[in-house]
Amino acid sequence: MTTLTPVAERTATENRPAVDTQFPVRRVLGLVLRIVLCLVFGLPLLFMIVASFKPDTQIFADLGGIRSFLPVGNLSLDNYIGVFNRVPFAQFMLNSVLISVVTVVLGVIVNSMAAFSLARIKFRGGSFVLGVILATLIVPFETLALPLLWWVNKLPFFGPGGYSQGWLDTYQVQIIPFIANAFSIFLFYQYFDSIPKELDEAATVDGAGWFRIYRSIVMPLSGPAVATVAILTFLPTWNQYLWPLMSVQSEELRPVMVGIDYFKQLNVSWGQIMAYASMITAPVLILFIAFQRAFINSIASSGVKG
Amino acid sequence: MILPAAVLLITFLLIPIGLTLGLAFTDARLISPRPAQFIGVDNFTRLFSDDTFWKSLRNTVLFAIVIVPVQSACALGLALLVNVKMRGVNFFRTIYFLPVVTSMVVVSMLWLFLYQKNGLINQVLAKGGITGPDWLGDPHTALIAIILMSAWQAMGFHMVIWLSGLQTISGDLYEAASLDGASQWQQFRYVTWPGLRQTRTFILITITIAAFSLFTQVNIMTQGGPLDSTSTVVLMAVRTGFQQQQTGYASAISLVFFVLVLIVTIIQRYYTREKA
Repeated sequence: MTTLTPVAERTATENRPAVDTQFPVRRVLGLVLRIVLCLVFGLPLLFMIVASFKPDTQIFADLGGIRSFLPVGNLSLDNYIGVFNRVPFAQFMLNSVLISVVTVVLGVIVNSMAAFSLARIKFRGGSFVLGVILATLIVPFETLALPLLWWVNKLPFFGPGGYSQGWLDTYQVQIIPFIANAFSIFLFYQYFDSIPKELDEAATVDGAGWFRIYRSIVMPLSGPAVATVAILTFLPTWNQYLWPLMSVQSEELRPVMVGIDYFKQLNVSWGQIMAYASMITAPVLILFIAFQRAFINSIASSGVKG
Repeated sequence: MILPAAVLLITFLLIPIGLTLGLAFTDARLISPRPAQFIGVDNFTRLFSDDTFWKSLRNTVLFAIVIVPVQSACALGLALLVNVKMRGVNFFRTIYFLPVVTSMVVVSMLWLFLYQKNGLINQVLAKGGITGPDWLGDPHTALIAIILMSAWQAMGFHMVIWLSGLQTISGDLYEAASLDGASQWQQFRYVTWPGLRQTRTFILITITIAAFSLFTQVNIMTQGGPLDSTSTVVLMAVRTGFQQQQTGYASAISLVFFVLVLIVTIIQRYYTREKA
């Protein structure tokens, strides 16, 4: 699995002559270009956050000028208070956190176990199973969404509330179909395959079973793979929109992304929309800033499919 | 230990794949007391004579044709810009990557505002004496507006993948090339570009599949309008299958969509395959 080496840690010979090593003029131009691009990628998000503290009149008065991006003028938390009055925000947030955390945790366990059996326990048909799993990677979720909706509506469920028929409008419909993931299995498989098999033999001699080897040897060595799968499961789960839009009708079960639709109805208040958008982006942004290296590495390793 | 994953994958991936095939030839409805009836290719005859379908297909293909080269080339440019030894280069990477962690839902709402007739973009253009169009309200500009916004959002993602590709190229090659007096362009042409072959294939295929799946932006920003100018195949499938509850018809659309993705992927694989 390739990881990104930070430029500062690379040796001198590894550093390729970049666009701007020789001439000061090119160097300056390069820097200007990088800064302009920063504005292109950063300003819209800065605008969103700044606008969330302004009343609509102020947002429109500031438009087009530099003031759009500065926290100046009539600032308040009114938009945030407005969000809480308009939608059950705490409930949406709780739902999203619950759905994401459960999906990530169960996803890491289930997919790593599957990958472990494929990578470490050789059994008949193992490579065929791996082949089938890899082949499904090409199927976009969008093609499955509608048949899946029809199908889960027919499934029975034995849960804490007893027996029920049809999964529409539940928590489990937002979690269980997304636990097993072909791509996560593949990422774990690649990582496990690179861990020396001699460790298994030594452990077997000491009387350890397969589950013991998985839990006490392979998993503790697989921190980077767990981080990668956790991030690559968390991002799409948190951002999910199409599926909960279709499968969940009750307000009290809906996640944050679907909540944005409540602001598009009558009396559009842009300040409130920006406040809501800022709040649902904040958790991911905080995680991203805290685990930046892991985030970027996980995306990078998703490109090493070969 | 493979059992839990196997059961889940079969139930929620393999069976739905099979169902897409099966339901496409029935009149199944999402919630109906009556069991689904086999109706042959009726769904497909209906689909192929539907104007909205052809418009949606045209928009989807147009979106892919424009966004695949534009986004991948710009992302490569970004990757080259941040693949240097320079103070603060991590700062630039982080900023370029920010839209990726911001969800498409949030980005769509934000740009819906930026694109308003009297919104931020047009106000800025007005400062330069340009009268901006009603971006999302005009059938001529709506799709372009969505393309720009989508490229902006996903570029950081592909920048990181290009970057990891760039870092697998050995520095020795560049050293040798510069000793031989190769110019910057020649180094790019004969060292960087061939070294990125695998990365290129991956990026090409992922951007294409993502482009064909265009839905969220459109659903939030235009609902396919004005005059179907931004309708897409997935949007159409979701509307018929979910809002109108016609699962059978929607499965037929999904099946056509999947075949399309499959053909394009096979063609791309063929042209980017390892030349033996």
